[in-house]
Amino acid sequence: MANIAERIALPARYGRANLIWAFVERQTNMWKRYWAWELCWLVYGVVNTLAITFIAEQVEQAGIAGGKDVSSLVLFLLLGTLVWAYLSAVLDDISLVVTWERWEGTIEHTLMAPVPRSLHLIGMAIFGVLHAIVRTLLIFAIAVPFFTVELGQADWFSAAVVLAVGSVSVAGLGILAGVLPLLYPERGTQMSFMIQAALLLVSGVYYSVDVLPAWLRVFAYISPATYILDGIRGAVIDGQGVADIQGALWTLLLFGVLLVPGSIAVFAVAERWAKKTGRLKRQG
Amino acid sequence: MNTLPLKATGVTKSFGGGFDYWRLLPWRRSGDGKRGPVRVLDNVSFEIRRGEIYGLIGANGSGKSTLVRILSTLLLSDEGEVRIFGLDVVQESMKVRSLINRVSADPSFFRNMSALENLLFFGRVYGLSPRTVKRLVPGILERLGFEWARALEPMSHLSRGQQQKIAVARCFLTSPVLMLLDEPTTGLDPRSKRDVQAFIQDVRREHDATILLTTHDMEEAELLCDRISFLAGGSIVAEGTPVELRQMVASGRPLESINMETVFMELTGRSIEEDEQPEGVMVSG
Repeated sequence: MANIAERIALPARYGRANLIWAFVERQTNMWKRYWAWELCWLVYGVVNTLAITFIAEQVEQAGIAGGKDVSSLVLFLLLGTLVWAYLSAVLDDISLVVTWERWEGTIEHTLMAPVPRSLHLIGMAIFGVLHAIVRTLLIFAIAVPFFTVELGQADWFSAAVVLAVGSVSVAGLGILAGVLPLLYPERGTQMSFMIQAALLLVSGVYYSVDVLPAWLRVFAYISPATYILDGIRGAVIDGQGVADIQGALWTLLLFGVLLVPGSIAVFAVAERWAKKTGRLKRQG
Repeated sequence: MNTLPLKATGVTKSFGGGFDYWRLLPWRRSGDGKRGPVRVLDNVSFEIRRGEIYGLIGANGSGKSTLVRILSTLLLSDEGEVRIFGLDVVQESMKVRSLINRVSADPSFFRNMSALENLLFFGRVYGLSPRTVKRLVPGILERLGFEWARALEPMSHLSRGQQQKIAVARCFLTSPVLMLLDEPTTGLDPRSKRDVQAFIQDVRREHDATILLTTHDMEEAELLCDRISFLAGGSIVAEGTPVELRQMVASGRPLESINMETVFMELTGRSIEEDEQPEGVMVSG
């Protein structure tokens, strides 16, 4: 019987951090093997960033605005596309937690492993954040030389704090979106993209949320992406320090505290339902 | 703690049968809106003793894989109870998962990762450090007749038989006290099949492992299993040692003249090749 007790205790004795790291390491190995895909996403990210930001140059050429206004618009759009590249990469990596497993055919073996689902999801979230940082930094490095932007005033520490705090709530959203492929094996992935599209519309990625109709603006207030964009733009464009953007930081912290445990709980309920209805298998 | 490695009592599982809400739409209003449930397992009860290889034999669609998925904590039964070493598979699923591992007919690996990377991941999630995995893997692969150098290649470069050997290695690596082998040799070439079967016998001989083997290969069942049960239409229709099962249908014939396929046909009323109802039902996404 000692053997049984030892076996049961083994994963817990191994430590939570190691169990979380198993998923980070696995995703990193997959990422290396799928480098061609990564290259495609990088090119897409760079082209998207350039295509959107060139709109500001068009505004100048058309004589609609000029000088400092255009510089501000370039930076506004550049930051919007970069932050969106980051957020969508995090959301993709986390929300596809079940889709990846189903696609690779490993869903049953991964989900029957003795790892609490919360640690599994946290591992995927950590990888998503690290992955998104690398990809976004590369896009930034490639895109910035195309434009004349003034970055001397930027408070990079403040921007990093916003990104770090905001990433927690985005991870929560990603886990929530990841429930959809669990419930709807065939359409769930597309449904999770719908959540991304809705965030893109209401969060002020390419325009201020003030331009939205009042009824749509309500959704902007409940989107963590709105506060991440506000905070980062404040830090980089206006040079605001952590104290100046504490409103956005506190809101993001609140989102994180509510969304992460909440989304893990929702995932657990959905997983139980998927077990009841036989959805935890490769072919739906 | 109950020492019985596995005890299933009255396990019943149906799929479908819910109300089809789409039928509320005016243009889809044909029929009564109810989909009849398909009963895949019907009051299945059996026990496996410690150190035993227990064979579960049935045609495709007889409910074998559904049962294995319930034992693996991946599917909830509608009725009945399963206990693994006295632990309830639903209420104490995390503890149960530490005690079991599984080989299925489909090897199920991350295709573009190497065999070693796959084994490192699956070892880690069962609480084995990378150092332990790297120490254990070469020996296990050697016994399975798998060339170590190929463990560094992506899984997609390996043949079906080689992938299945890695699947057996993954299962054995975590030293499960209950191994669930769900048609582990299906689709393998004769040599790979022999390698895997020999390994299963070695594992039983040398380790304190109990094995549930589902198969529709009668020769394999007879070669490996201490006791066998026949699953047909979601129910266990007969259970016993190979000799006891032969005795059930002998009617005065010499036992050695009756092969297990005949026993299966006479006891279940159908051929092992005959497909039964599809396991599970289509779950729309």
